[in-house]
Amino acid sequence: MTNSSITNPLREMMKRFVLRWLLYLLLCTFALYYMMPLFVMITTSLKNLEEIRTGSLMSLPREITLAAWSTAWSSACTGIQCEGLRPYFWNSVLLAVPAVLISTIIGAINGYVVAQWRFKLSNVLFALMLFGCFIPFQVVLLPMARVLGMTGLAGSISGLIFVHVIYGIGFTTLFFRNYYVTIPVELVKAAKVDGASFWRIFFSIFLPLSLPIIVVTVIWQFTQIWNDFLFGVSFSQAGTQPITVALNNIVNSTTGVKEYNVDMAAAIIAALPTLLVYIVAGKYFIRGLTAGSVKG
Amino acid sequence: MSPILEIKNLNKNYGPTNILNDVNASIEDGEFLVLVGPSGCGKSTLLNCIAGLEPITSGTIRISGRDMTHVSPKDRDIAMVFQSYALYPTMSVAKNITFGMKVRGIEKAEQDVKLAEVAHLLQIETLLDRRPAQLSGGQRQRVAMGRALVRNPKLFLFDEPLSNLDAKLRVEMRTEIKKLHQNLGASMVYVTHDQIEAMTLATKIVVMKGGMVQQIGSPAEIYMRPANLFVADFMGSPAMNLIPARVNMNGKGASFTITRSAAPPLVLHDENIKSLPDNVLLGLRPEDIGDASLRKGRKLQISNCHVDVVEPAGADTYVLMTLGGVEVTARLQAETAAQRGANMEFTFNMAKASYFDANTGERLN
Repeated sequence: MTNSSITNPLREMMKRFVLRWLLYLLLCTFALYYMMPLFVMITTSLKNLEEIRTGSLMSLPREITLAAWSTAWSSACTGIQCEGLRPYFWNSVLLAVPAVLISTIIGAINGYVVAQWRFKLSNVLFALMLFGCFIPFQVVLLPMARVLGMTGLAGSISGLIFVHVIYGIGFTTLFFRNYYVTIPVELVKAAKVDGASFWRIFFSIFLPLSLPIIVVTVIWQFTQIWNDFLFGVSFSQAGTQPITVALNNIVNSTTGVKEYNVDMAAAIIAALPTLLVYIVAGKYFIRGLTAGSVKG
Repeated sequence: MSPILEIKNLNKNYGPTNILNDVNASIEDGEFLVLVGPSGCGKSTLLNCIAGLEPITSGTIRISGRDMTHVSPKDRDIAMVFQSYALYPTMSVAKNITFGMKVRGIEKAEQDVKLAEVAHLLQIETLLDRRPAQLSGGQRQRVAMGRALVRNPKLFLFDEPLSNLDAKLRVEMRTEIKKLHQNLGASMVYVTHDQIEAMTLATKIVVMKGGMVQQIGSPAEIYMRPANLFVADFMGSPAMNLIPARVNMNGKGASFTITRSAAPPLVLHDENIKSLPDNVLLGLRPEDIGDASLRKGRKLQISNCHVDVVEPAGADTYVLMTLGGVEVTARLQAETAAQRGANMEFTFNMAKASYFDANTGERLN
């Protein structure tokens, strides 16, 4: 009897131990599988063309060269121009930073109003904004082109900023609204009795509480806007194209030998900023996503 | 002098739903008004209306003689303490307390003086640098009170401020609020669903149900002479016994016949009553039914009754019996000899009796 009461927990522990490691093994396999393309991209970008042609796709570079990276950055041809990704990278920065900031600020204010300053049609308004989240990009292309044409913003970076802000408001409002709705309405009441105005309450009480959801919104918006191709290709012209369009042009418009190493380097460069944002703000991202469910 | 708060014919609708129906109430300077009632009776809504946080449909609200019906909360000269305390989470205790003054542009030096005063009064001097999340429930409660006190308003509003505290702390804070009221001589309106809180704190109680005022009066009035069955049942713990009785008017007042299942009917008399309908509900507080062996020499009516249940509760012992088909509670001294299943002599203090119309529920005497 004593024997079994000792072995049982031991057996339990063993079972749990084995299961745990099986789980880790499985997760590692998945991780490796998903890392593989990145591995191929990085190794290929560090090889020279000769090695790519003769070697295997999976092998490590025999000789590391950054030539492909510098080509991709400053001299790869996107059609007739051969300036690399650099100008387009800055186009994307000039586009993404203001668009992210503006859409986040508007979303915060919208969310604050819809969650805490309800009025007669506030729910209808919020539902309409949500509706905006579900409209596919393609549907708005033509009407948006008309609007941009009429406002004189067609082909400019400001026009693209405008498009992304409008398209983003639905999401940013949703994020902030869901975050603010968990804050007790009594907080606003107390502040009103204290004499604070609409804006004062927003800036002094709500904004300082919002770091987690700001991070979530910024990551989301930045990823969306930086990675967007359809709006970029539809509403830009030579000189205002974002990096995604340039990447496409580099990869699709080479003549002669296909420079896989340059393509890979360009693709990594195009993806780097979003990667960086995730790495820097990732832990806030998780925290912000779960913040609504935990009360302070 | 005009009353500190005067509410006249106040109505509040949410769409077609009537939340508050023709509410009238007023308090004088230094009074402690408690709005009490079950949840959903509109008491918190009424408080929000007084604060100006909810618009009203019709009627007027005057504070210190000034019509405040359409004035925004910040200009009503009020301060409010909320059930959830509503402390600003990202601000320190000191900033929480001074936020109102800061918003109103009061000089920093004056803010500091007032902050120190209030912190001393509420004994929260050591907490001033902390965030609300680092405070216990009782401490948060104090900070919330501090935020109200520092404003030194005409009228304090409390929205169930103690209901988030545990039982022991609640009693402590109750006493503290009472002391605060006495020391400051401030005028307060206090919302609670707890009738004991209402009785202990109030100088005046408004009992509400379904958006309508049931009775306004001093705690003693409400307790001794409830205006209807609802008030009788709601105020007091254990609740007032409401015993169906048949009335027989004779030359010397009324006699009440109360049926019993296993014994002849119980008959009680009241000489001070002029007229009653044939059937009434006789209201007797548990303490108005006593142990005959311990209460001698008083002009009380004595009757032998069957004891169903004995519940010792420390200071008192509650004895339950069945009269007129309902359970009746008597509050006896702890040393009573009452035994379950036995018969015993009980005294009935008919001088304290209330009579209610069995149909309308209104008080008859």
